[in-house]
Amino acid sequence: MDMFRTLVVDDEVDFLETIVNRLKKRKLDAIGVTSGEEALALLKEQIFDVIILDIKMPGGMDGIEALREIKRIQPLVEVILLTGHASVETSIEGMKLGAFDYCLKPIKFEDLLQKMGAAFGKKSTHDKKIRDAKIQELIRYPSKVFDQD
Amino acid sequence: MEIYKRKSIYKNLQRKIIIIILCVSIIPLVFLGETIYYRFAETYGEKIEEQIKYRVRSVSDGVEVFLKERTAIVATILDTHSFDYLKQQENLARIFKVISRRTDGLIDLGVIDSAGQHLAYSGPYNLKGLNYYQQGWFNEVMTKGKYISNVYMGYRQLPHFVIAVRGYSNGQSWILRATVDSDIFNKLVRTAQTGKSGDAYIINKNGIYQTAPRFSGKILGKSNIPLTLFGRSTTVAEKIKDNGKTKHVAGTWLKNNEWLLVITQNVGDEKGGLLTTRNTEIIIIVFSCLAIIMTTFFAMRIIFKHLEEADKGISELNDQLIQSDKMAALGKMATGIAHEINNPLAIIGEKAGWMRDLLVEEEFQKSENFKEYEQSIDKIEEHVERARKITHNMLGFARRMEHRLDDVDINHVLHQTLELLQSYAQTNNIEISKDFQSELPIIASDQSQLQQVFLNLINNAIDAVEKDGWIEVKTRKKDSQIVIAIKDNGPGIAEEHLKKVFDPFFTTKETGKGTGLGLSVSYNIIKKLGGTIKAESKPSEGAVFSIKLPISQSFNVRKVRLMITKFARLEFELFTKPSKSDFLRVHQK
Repeated sequence: MDMFRTLVVDDEVDFLETIVNRLKKRKLDAIGVTSGEEALALLKEQIFDVIILDIKMPGGMDGIEALREIKRIQPLVEVILLTGHASVETSIEGMKLGAFDYCLKPIKFEDLLQKMGAAFGKKSTHDKKIRDAKIQELIRYPSKVFDQD
Repeated sequence: MEIYKRKSIYKNLQRKIIIIILCVSIIPLVFLGETIYYRFAETYGEKIEEQIKYRVRSVSDGVEVFLKERTAIVATILDTHSFDYLKQQENLARIFKVISRRTDGLIDLGVIDSAGQHLAYSGPYNLKGLNYYQQGWFNEVMTKGKYISNVYMGYRQLPHFVIAVRGYSNGQSWILRATVDSDIFNKLVRTAQTGKSGDAYIINKNGIYQTAPRFSGKILGKSNIPLTLFGRSTTVAEKIKDNGKTKHVAGTWLKNNEWLLVITQNVGDEKGGLLTTRNTEIIIIVFSCLAIIMTTFFAMRIIFKHLEEADKGISELNDQLIQSDKMAALGKMATGIAHEINNPLAIIGEKAGWMRDLLVEEEFQKSENFKEYEQSIDKIEEHVERARKITHNMLGFARRMEHRLDDVDINHVLHQTLELLQSYAQTNNIEISKDFQSELPIIASDQSQLQQVFLNLINNAIDAVEKDGWIEVKTRKKDSQIVIAIKDNGPGIAEEHLKKVFDPFFTTKETGKGTGLGLSVSYNIIKKLGGTIKAESKPSEGAVFSIKLPISQSFNVRKVRLMITKFARLEFELFTKPSKSDFLRVHQK
């Protein structure tokens, strides 16, 4: 599996720490934060490939709101919603907002890893397409390189 | 419990209604019967009194006439013949013979001089030569000139009375005396002794019987009738109690208020007609009451049976509602519990996983309890998985409370429904035409519930048309909705019914044919599926039921189904706006 950067957002510290530790143990670059606000602050500074996002986070921004903001800041990042409180409305809303998947806790760690891999794969494809498109564009319109500078 | 309580309430209510109905119908009936009876009895009594009065009057008139006639005969003889002539035995005998031939009622005739000496006598007894100077009646006639005696025994020792008239001849008074035939006189009075208990007799002013009474008493005996009952020289009728029985007693004074004619009659004997009337009336009233009681009981039983049945239906419906409420609440609770457990479960699972991750490290591998740790972690993970399955199943149960959503092809569902009803329609000679729009969008909905609605509506249409008509089923896509219209050429729905057709229990079908729930259930189903249902009708132009189902809903519903029920991978692009990559893909082409 390629190295990719993962951000885990969950207000349950025990869960958050364990997930992050287990990801790190598998040599994945994972960072954990306990609220939507922290996640957004971090996203403004760093690029992530996959975000695992809890929906119900009492006391602050909820997962759906956070997702909306995340997609605004980094449209290409893939978000896997992971919650103990599944509901029809949030799942629909989440998928509409562009979440990669919607998973119910508890989930087998292996399954989660698989989904993360798939999400990263999707993102890589997107990235590659964008890169290719840019290259094509540069080939067609080399002058743009200079314009951009 | 509820049912039993209601049963006792109904029993109570039934009893009360029965009592009220019986009271308001039987009491007036009995009251009316009583009133009629008493009015009738009163009139009847008055009539009887009138009758007795009339009888006593006519008998008294008869007696008076009898006495006057006899007195007149005696007086005429006295006036037309001289004393000297009459005191000759043979002359008197001749005259008496003539009288006896022409009239009855006189037994003998005698001439008495002023000294009371019986000078001549013609009759069955040998009374000639007797002296009457000491007799009461002699003095009376000498004073009054004309006298009718009371009944007395006299020389002959038989009850009789005399009519005596005083005359003057040669400065001397003399008397012509006749004895009245008691038999004929008694017979005259006896004519008024009618019926089984009717009595008639004459008493004098001392209460002594002048004629023989029919019951209790003999001639010249003392009567126990109080004379004060009767007014002077007037005819009165009174009632007195005698041996517990009511009697009518009528009396009138005769012979210058010296005699009293009394007629008595037991009330019971005379009231035979009244009793018959009363019995007939009682029989009619009793039968009427029986009819009322039976009808009331029968009607109440039927009404309350229907009421109880209806109540049972409602109660069953209520139970179902409560049951579905319970299930919904249970579903909600299950969801809540599952959600609350999912988070700690996730932590346990992850912690166990973390321990497993750590076990890989060399230092743990060397531990003598390594196997124990590994087994424990296996167990923890195994049981987390077990608990996970339970909570996820609980969420699944909660979702089953909602509609089961499938991809539904409306045309196909209608087609299936019509196939079910085709033969029923054909037997009634009803032609069903289909006007389906081809390539109608597939929507996500509850196929079986929709089928129920269509079945209801088309069935209703067939019932409305009854025989020889047509039904048109039409589908159209209109904006973001699918419109299904079911039209018939039946009698239509009256304007005042149009508003109520979707109300529960509203039906115009005859009793037992429709529950009034079909359209109400259809309405609720369509509403839950996010659509609308509407009825339109013009009298005698048939009715149109149109259903509108949203198409956009299918989008959401399908998402829910895919994401929540299966948690499977989605075809992501379906739900997002064209992404940059899509744009680029298009652009590349």
